[in-house]
Amino acid sequence: MERNELLGVIKEEQEKNGYVSEGAMGDMAKSFGVTVGEVYGVTTFYSFLSTKPMGRHVIRICKSVPCFLQNGEGLAASIEKEIGIGPGETTADGRFTFERTNCIGACDQAPAMLLDDVVYGNLTPGKIKEILQSCD
Amino acid sequence: MIRDLEDKTVPEKRILLSKVDQIDPGDIQSYENQGGFNALKKALGMSAEAVTQEVKASGLRGRGGAGFPCGVKWELAMKSPGEVKYLICNADEGEVGTFKDRCILQQNPFSLLEGMAITAYAIGAGKGYIYLRAEYRYLLDGLQKAIKQCEEKGYLKNIEIEIREGAGAYICGEESALMNSIEGKRGESRFRPPFPPQSGLFEKPTIINNVETLANVPPIIENGAAWYAAMGTEQSKGTKLFCVSGDVERPGVYEMELGSSLRELVDVAGAKDIGWVQVGGSTGAIIPSDMLETALSYETVLGSGAVMVFKPSRDVIDFVYRTMEFLNEESCGKCTPCREGNEVMVEILGRLVNGEGAEGDLEALQDLSETMKVSSLCGLGQSASVPVLDTLKYFKTDYENRISQSVLLRSLKAVNG
Repeated sequence: MERNELLGVIKEEQEKNGYVSEGAMGDMAKSFGVTVGEVYGVTTFYSFLSTKPMGRHVIRICKSVPCFLQNGEGLAASIEKEIGIGPGETTADGRFTFERTNCIGACDQAPAMLLDDVVYGNLTPGKIKEILQSCD
Repeated sequence: MIRDLEDKTVPEKRILLSKVDQIDPGDIQSYENQGGFNALKKALGMSAEAVTQEVKASGLRGRGGAGFPCGVKWELAMKSPGEVKYLICNADEGEVGTFKDRCILQQNPFSLLEGMAITAYAIGAGKGYIYLRAEYRYLLDGLQKAIKQCEEKGYLKNIEIEIREGAGAYICGEESALMNSIEGKRGESRFRPPFPPQSGLFEKPTIINNVETLANVPPIIENGAAWYAAMGTEQSKGTKLFCVSGDVERPGVYEMELGSSLRELVDVAGAKDIGWVQVGGSTGAIIPSDMLETALSYETVLGSGAVMVFKPSRDVIDFVYRTMEFLNEESCGKCTPCREGNEVMVEILGRLVNGEGAEGDLEALQDLSETMKVSSLCGLGQSASVPVLDTLKYFKTDYENRISQSVLLRSLKAVNG
């Protein structure tokens, strides 16, 4: 495989297994002919890649200034209340991982979040509750 | 969100957004019905040099934030020796408060693809990449379908376009970090020279342009450089997409002629009570309420076109702290001034926010700002201190009060035990 495909392969692994394990990084290092350190270096550089298992659904609440101005913090607090975990944590049943993220380009719909690949805007604690309840 | 034009008092000038309400982003025919791809046909009838000269004469400059003259860049790539050249569309719109490229990708992807086909012809690139940020994954399908339709209609005969997705990194909007990311590496900035038109992606001559810049190319070719250059100011030609957010009634994307005043724009977006405005994103300039007549242009303030409005009751130091926290998190860490400088700034500002300021803090912020500006490797570190320096200039009393309160509080505690 060509070296430039490494990031794509890591992304695929992330999507397939919900994280990039040590074993997977070792296999990639072999097939690309690079060190494990290099694979690890690329994986940990990007915020959408994780070396720890993530939940089935990843909630990313925007913490950048335009969302902050529209009560993004209150929104984050309501998530903690709703699913009982703080930023960077995963629920015990593996259903959700909760993260704070930087600007997702939905500032016209602030406060906003990404739930997996879908963007939700003009959020309120009530709306979030509904959205999360509809997740499997 | 693009606002409808029912309100005729809106001082918008629409070129990029002129036909969006008549275009179905899933149907290339709707774009053709509005004259889409006429510019490409015209360009293919011209020499590559003539296309580049037209864009150069139009005065079009980069819309991602840096503002480099587009035609000059193309000329450099065109003249660079070598058979293989690349075109990259920078769709890594990560700048805080910026969502204009999202609107183009979502509502008129064909205009971008037509712009890419013309650009590739001008510089002689056979392969083009669209680097799409991970946060915009929901736009991937639509974009892929648009590319497929263009291919089927034969509009992409001179260029093969591939989408490469990011994986969550603000710095990858910086051109050299973006190229490292396409090469599958960590998205760290590169030393320059060499510049991308000489040696960029895979060490080949590369042109990298922002989504909005490329979308401007078809109207320029179709209507001519003189038409385009008649709009704007001496060094800022044409129109610009502005993204208004924050304390306004109607946040959204507005297209205005360059040189329009900031007041006109924020009025349109329904700003009522203004304390200050940040123009250009996280590292953008701060404009206090008594300077709203400032023109929006490369000569004055512009950046990516992000316009964040803050009402007077907002805490300016808290805002700067959050901004520096963002930049510190997103610094790629390759050069010391940016990696360490942002860290120390966050530490100082964090103390100010928590009422633990000390004498000498402002001087330290100032010193550090100057150092980072002159010694950082790329735009992130070089411009990270702009909001710090600007707020120190316009809101110095807020900083001073915060420190004197902290000092007073500490001395009272000491006296009372």
